[in-house]
Amino acid sequence: MPTLTIDDQQVTVDQGTTILEAAKKLGIAIPHFCYHPRLTKVDACRMCLVEVKDAPKLVTSCSNAVRDNMVVFTGTPKVEEARKSILEFILINHPLDCPICDKAGECTLQDYYFRYSSQPSRFKDNKVEKHKVVDLGAKMVLDSERCVVCGRCVRFCREVVGEENLGIFNRGDHSEIGTYPGKKIEHNYQGNLVDVCPVGALTAKDFRFKCRSWLLCKADTICPGCSNGCNAVVHFTLRSFNGIKGQRVFRLTPRENNDVNKIWLCDVGRWGYSFVDSIDRLTTPALKKGEDFVKGDWDTALRETASGLKTVVERYGPSAVGVIPSPHLTNEDLYALKCLFSCVLKVANIDFKLPGLDKGEGDKLLLKADRHPNTRGAELLGLSGTGLSAEAMMEKVKTGEIRALYLAGSDPVKYIGEKAEEALSRAELLIFQGTNFSASCKLAHVILPGATFVEKEGTFTNYQGRLQKINKALEPLGEALADWEIFTRLGKRLGAYPSYRCAEEVFKDMAREVAPFNGLSYQKIGPQGIKIADSSQ
Amino acid sequence: MPEPILSRNFSKKNAHTLGVYIQGGGYEALKKALTEMKPEQIIQEVDKSGLKGRGGAGFPVGKKWSFIPKEAPKPKYLVINADEGEPGTYKDRPIMECDPHAVVEGAIITCFAVGIHWAGIYVRGEYVKSIERLEGAINEAYAKGYLGKNILETGFDLDMVVHRGAGAYICGEETGLLESFEGKKGQPRMKPPFPAIVGLFQGPTVINNVESIAAIPHIVKNGGEWFNGLGAPGIGGGVKLFPVSGHVKKPGVYELPMGTPLREIIYKHAGGIRGDKKLKAVIPGGASAPVLKPEEIDVPMEYANLAKIGSMMGSGAVIVMDEDTDLVKTLRVLMCFYAHESCGKCTPCREGTGWMAKIIKRIEKGEGESADLDTIVSIANGIRGRTLCPLGDAAVGPALSFVTKFRQEFEDYIKVGAG
Ligand SMILES: Cc1cc2nc3c(=O)[nH]c(=O)nc-3n(C[C@H](O)[C@H](O)[C@H](O)COP(=O)(O)O)c2cc1C
Ligand code: SF4
Ligand code: SF4
Ligand code: SF4
Repeated sequence: MPTLTIDDQQVTVDQGTTILEAAKKLGIAIPHFCYHPRLTKVDACRMCLVEVKDAPKLVTSCSNAVRDNMVVFTGTPKVEEARKSILEFILINHPLDCPICDKAGECTLQDYYFRYSSQPSRFKDNKVEKHKVVDLGAKMVLDSERCVVCGRCVRFCREVVGEENLGIFNRGDHSEIGTYPGKKIEHNYQGNLVDVCPVGALTAKDFRFKCRSWLLCKADTICPGCSNGCNAVVHFTLRSFNGIKGQRVFRLTPRENNDVNKIWLCDVGRWGYSFVDSIDRLTTPALKKGEDFVKGDWDTALRETASGLKTVVERYGPSAVGVIPSPHLTNEDLYALKCLFSCVLKVANIDFKLPGLDKGEGDKLLLKADRHPNTRGAELLGLSGTGLSAEAMMEKVKTGEIRALYLAGSDPVKYIGEKAEEALSRAELLIFQGTNFSASCKLAHVILPGATFVEKEGTFTNYQGRLQKINKALEPLGEALADWEIFTRLGKRLGAYPSYRCAEEVFKDMAREVAPFNGLSYQKIGPQGIKIADSSQ
Repeated sequence: MPEPILSRNFSKKNAHTLGVYIQGGGYEALKKALTEMKPEQIIQEVDKSGLKGRGGAGFPVGKKWSFIPKEAPKPKYLVINADEGEPGTYKDRPIMECDPHAVVEGAIITCFAVGIHWAGIYVRGEYVKSIERLEGAINEAYAKGYLGKNILETGFDLDMVVHRGAGAYICGEETGLLESFEGKKGQPRMKPPFPAIVGLFQGPTVINNVESIAAIPHIVKNGGEWFNGLGAPGIGGGVKLFPVSGHVKKPGVYELPMGTPLREIIYKHAGGIRGDKKLKAVIPGGASAPVLKPEEIDVPMEYANLAKIGSMMGSGAVIVMDEDTDLVKTLRVLMCFYAHESCGKCTPCREGTGWMAKIIKRIEKGEGESADLDTIVSIANGIRGRTLCPLGDAAVGPALSFVTKFRQEFEDYIKVGAG
């Protein structure tokens, strides 16, 4: 293993490590545009030039492997002059768009200019005019004048997605990114093009002109889009700054996790967040009066729910109750649900496996056919197979053997259609607990508003059996509550139930009681998650 | 005057046909190489010949061949560079048009020496006649059993094809050429890996210029030492073709010993300056070579000697400019060429060449400012040594040398405007 010196610090790295990567290990950041740790190297932007002792010229640190006893300097006047010069070159034909550019605030070029140059322009001639607002596909827009021709987007499509659709056209300072004739970018990974673009050349239609990047707060989360459990960051505002009424969540960006999603997110998951602030969010408890719902308070709604369940259990026994939870609930939500129905009310008919739950369209890269983030968790918690199947419950509701049905985030009508609709409309007591209005919700007698994944703390177990944590970024909208909290409040009314004050307390119990979770704590999960079980078959 | 070697067939009738080529001793070297010599011996002779790459970089040919690994998981290739895109350079074309079998014979010997079974020649698209003549020669060689399977009953196999370029200077740069050969956009590759290890279709690849390859049969036939001795005394390295253009009485391609003084080329061989005017400037080695002033032309035309005075040998193309030449216009033409031909892959060349072209165009229009010349110098210094391929440096050569060596002329333009 070669040992080298970078800026007077020694470091030993694996054979084949580049200077840039070795410097990174020492915490020395070397600026670059074309280099990306997950893409092939092209040596094109020349921003990463450093001085190597005894080398006649500056060398590109992104592509040159270290040698034993190499002596590297990353901050000499020669290097600084080169950086200034490269930035000047990039900027001569760059538009002064920062005030209206979506990338501003998180733009590599802007940051480097501020850090390494801050010099006035010497350019007196006309800038090259290139295409602006180019529609590259359904989800992205290209501004060629902002492009620094790093080629990352081209390499991403080719190397990660495996599609040849983007290329660099023309030559010299007329070089422009574009799609090959007759091609559009249609793949499910377009958001990553926006992420890998170091500047504002590629912007997401979903985010364009909506919010300045520096007004956004960030929290680590897990994408709820499918059972892959991609690590993500949610970007949100606590107040609405710019007139888009009611929008708090603005985007999801990927968070690196080599074992799960590398450093990518798929578009289905990335742009699937809009339900959080959508107008069909359930924000207050409600009770059916005739054909309509009447808004109520939690006290009334919970009283109605508790007494309804109690009556059914007392009169007809626990087998007259059915519970269908959704695998988009957290482990904590599901555990709290299980304690309530299985332990307190002795209900056996609990099944999250609605037919067709895992029949979405997946792909080879990240997206799974099962569009639920916690299916494996629901399995590990035993929320299926203890009583009737979800489908059988529908039949029994129809025949009247099941009188009370509790839908915890689930939407049977979506998966079973008419048959479910018919059954649900016959239920004596239908409780719907969830985040958004739905076809099943429409038939409910009581609506209990739940919190979305960014409004509560908890954990998901992805398809590989990896336990990962989500964090509360925002308060639940309106009067909505985290699902575990709803069960806790109900539990209190129905018997002996722990008075959980936070998700972590639920987790502690779960970690004691449920085998795969034994011995775990939030702290032990860590930012990259922890494998607790095998993947399901 | 000694017997011409490389150009011996330039004015011979039908020398491009196999019969005439053989009559003149053609393919004797092939027989010698394949039946009497071991591959290593051939490489040794080429080493001894002092033959340096005639494409511009001047890398010793024998040494380049020796970098090719003996065993490789992928097929090995020979690629002959016939893109000839450097302004002023037109020496490969007469070889291909008048002596195409020399290229074919050189290619077969090279492939035998290095253990290659597939050779391709990448020809500049505009060279229609060269392409026809090469294809003709290749067909004749196949028919005669010099190409194909079991060549001269030695068990050695070789296929050879002609690939027509589509017109980009950068496709003459060896890795840009490989990309283009593979059907991709012609842009240089990152190095390392060098083509000798990872080249065409990922296989180890020898890339040589047409003139380099055409010299091989002569070296094999008469020995490396003989070829080396053809160079100027104390310099060696054989003979070379010098294409001379510009304001001389007899522009043309001259075969001369390596190390012939530039003055002799201009005044003796090319007949001196047209109209007996005074010499103003000479570009000694193709458009990329820094310009020389009249007092510098006693330099021997050879790699080290030209480098010593801050210029370069390049392809050996001599461009002569007389006293009436407008150097601002000349530099504008050159800068527009580089801006147009920059492939755009790396930042300094992509942006810097365009910027220099814009400034010089503005100066030419009489709208220059006093800071412009310093800006050009600093742009050139910002490109120099920092680009992915040598094209960036190639643009720097003329820019820096014109503006510094003939600064007064540029300043006059800025002060009083055009002419
Ligand atoms: C911009 C550029 C253009 C070039 N054009 C040519 C060319 O047209 N013909 C050529 O033989 N070499 C050209 N070269 C040099 C090649 O990269 C390479 O060095 C040469 O083909 C190797 O052959 P040689 O060693 O026999 O000279 C060019 C280099 C650069 C940087
Ligand atoms: S890409 Fe960066 S530097 Fe360019 S306009 Fe946008 S924020 Fe400004
Ligand atoms: S669009 Fe962005 S990622 Fe693509 S080449 Fe331009 S700057 Fe790079
Ligand atoms: S120096 Fe010029 S031609 Fe060579 S890679 Fe860079 S941009 Fe392309």
